[in-house]
Amino acid sequence: MAELTLREKFDKDNFVVEKLDNLINWARAGSPWYFQFGLACCAIEMMAASAPRHDLERFGVFPRASPRQADVMIVAGTVTIKMAERVKRLYEQMSDPKYVISMGSCANSGGPYWQHGYHVLKGVDLVVPVDVYVPGCPPRPEALIQGIMELQKHIKTQSTFGKAKNV
Amino acid sequence: MSKKTLTDSISSINESIAYDEETNIFSLKEVGTWLDIATEIKNLNFNYLMCITSIDMENSQLALAYNLHSTETKDSIEFNLFFDKDTEIPSVESLWRTADWHEREAYDMMGIKFINHPDMKRILLPQDWEGYPLRKNYKVADYYHGMYIPKDKTSWE
Repeated sequence: MAELTLREKFDKDNFVVEKLDNLINWARAGSPWYFQFGLACCAIEMMAASAPRHDLERFGVFPRASPRQADVMIVAGTVTIKMAERVKRLYEQMSDPKYVISMGSCANSGGPYWQHGYHVLKGVDLVVPVDVYVPGCPPRPEALIQGIMELQKHIKTQSTFGKAKNV
Repeated sequence: MSKKTLTDSISSINESIAYDEETNIFSLKEVGTWLDIATEIKNLNFNYLMCITSIDMENSQLALAYNLHSTETKDSIEFNLFFDKDTEIPSVESLWRTADWHEREAYDMMGIKFINHPDMKRILLPQDWEGYPLRKNYKVADYYHGMYIPKDKTSWE
């Protein structure tokens, strides 16, 4: 018999015995609130992903206007060197546990500014640790949604009290 | 105003103004008188400064191109200044407010300094940035505040 999800267990017996780690991960993965912060054209796709057609809220994902309340930072766009210091500062202002999704070619590697952009950081992973990279220029909302689902998978492998299984 | 009258009236402002009929561009090499000339041009109803472009002519020579337009007579002219890279240019911010940010951009990207500009500092790059990126001889720095700016990218691919 396949392992039941928390929800299925609850529906079956109205009673759940579960590891606390799993419960916490279930709650965390179900509500990765992202920090509302767009740097360039990728932000338009990020907005489209939150808008009714793609509806990020069905994943429990919705924007917060302050880094203090956010769990996920979606770096949506070109990170210039001037902005990189702000990005780092905002990341530091987020409370743990915090995750970073690097959205689009620019945030992944500098994108079209790869060769001659004197002012563009060649990948946001040079200043903040990145959990999920979403390729594309810009990625379609579906791609971002897949990135968020990958992040949810990653969150579910984490452990608050024991050793991390797969980090 | 006909083109001939316009050309004559601008050329007659100062002897040092050159006019190229082929490209339809006025140019000036003695930039010290630029503010007076610009005032005269503005009095010819050129009330709209469309753009200021900075150009690196190499061999330490820089240039500025002013695109002016009159919303009353619908005339447009281009005015070029040619000068050495250390020359300071009189600001025309007092005549056309547009010049404020355009001149700051020219300073930021090309290192052209303007006299009597109200706020002569970089507009886009960080204030402590070194060099002027649109100069032909600009070399990208290795680091900025500890952030590495790679130039040899062979191992990255």
